[in-house]
Amino acid sequence: MTTHTTPADGSPVLVLQDVHRVHGSGETASTALAGVDLTVHPGELVAITGRSGSGKSTLLNVAGGLDVPTAGSVTVAGSRLDGMSRAALAELRRRHVGYVFQADNLLPTLTALENVALPLELDGVPVGAARGAAERALARVLPPEHANRYPDQLSGGEQQRVAIARALVGERTLLLADEPTGALDEVTAEGVLRLLREAVDNGAAALMVTHDPAQAAWADRVVRLRDGLVQSAVTAEGVEVTL
Amino acid sequence: MGVREGLLALLHEGPSHGYQLRTDLERTVADLWSVNIGQVYTTLQRLERDGLVVAEGDADADGRVPYRLTDAGRGDVTAWLGTPEPRRDDVRDELVLKVLLARRSGLRDPQDVIDAQREATMQALQAFTRRRAELTPEQGLEELLALDRLALRARAELDWLELVEQRLDTAAPPPRHTGSPTDTTTDRVPATLAAEQS
Repeated sequence: MTTHTTPADGSPVLVLQDVHRVHGSGETASTALAGVDLTVHPGELVAITGRSGSGKSTLLNVAGGLDVPTAGSVTVAGSRLDGMSRAALAELRRRHVGYVFQADNLLPTLTALENVALPLELDGVPVGAARGAAERALARVLPPEHANRYPDQLSGGEQQRVAIARALVGERTLLLADEPTGALDEVTAEGVLRLLREAVDNGAAALMVTHDPAQAAWADRVVRLRDGLVQSAVTAEGVEVTL
Repeated sequence: MGVREGLLALLHEGPSHGYQLRTDLERTVADLWSVNIGQVYTTLQRLERDGLVVAEGDADADGRVPYRLTDAGRGDVTAWLGTPEPRRDDVRDELVLKVLLARRSGLRDPQDVIDAQREATMQALQAFTRRRAELTPEQGLEELLALDRLALRARAELDWLELVEQRLDTAAPPPRHTGSPTDTTTDRVPATLAAEQS
């Protein structure tokens, strides 16, 4: 995919410390996160699972600086998000964080290539360089002749692959994915997850929210939330397939 | 398991002897099952007795006898391929029992049972998924199909555990044996037993 700026000392890309998030106040207050600790290192894919309302989407939003914790701290690529100015936060997000949501957020009036190049152009990268980087990222996920197609000329699986390329273009260290394979069929979803896995194996860190055990199983660690707390964390290490 | 039908299906490709048939059978299932050579020979003898295969000529220098498929044998394996596998639906599933007994006895929180099983099954699913990711349909279809099946079973179990957790959350308190028919407050160790323990 792209090269990632991986901290040489192997320090974590994302650290959540005792993160609380309460929506509303007084009698109508509802607790989405009730004290979550989570650390994600480069080369690690972490899945967040749990029922509806367990706090998983809030966790993802907090990790990406899209939502602000009521208490506790979030550190992305070594910078604490609390107290950061709006502009600085936006800058940090652009530089380090890539988002993959369900396949509905490619800009319909831009080609696949333009969609992928957009974050770099917004970052101030010169158009030529941005296109070059986008072409390289896109070549990993789509046949080259598809690069100039518009989203509605691509299949659902292809659109989602473009979305991943866009999340990864540049030198993003943290990928945040919310049900990244949405309603794709099994084999197409597998292709998308394979891509995510590859990016992580190449040094990115990723946090993926999913309710589907089949998707979660692609992760190195499966963290289960319940009532805003970590209920369990399962790591893949040491398990061998015996047939 | 399926050795009989496997031999018949392979013989449809042409006459062959026991040793070669075993090799071909193992290759078909990506060496996932090891096939006992003794079982292959006894099965061939039984198939010959039943008229589903016939010995074709004499033994070669190594003493190997080639067998040929008969029309009856072809009919047999063709029918087998078209018959659905019997379902193995067993309501006496040990996991169901564990959850119910944990709940009823109070010896463990049923949630512990769910958590422990979920961890073990998720780890297995992670391992299957990782192994599957290394395979392509071009290279490893045999193993891929077997892994798909195992992965789907693991997923079904995880889905079931999710459902159990939700059902237990909303279920009425468990039925428990009580000190007397009218005493519904005793919920753990009967008074006599508790006295013995102290």
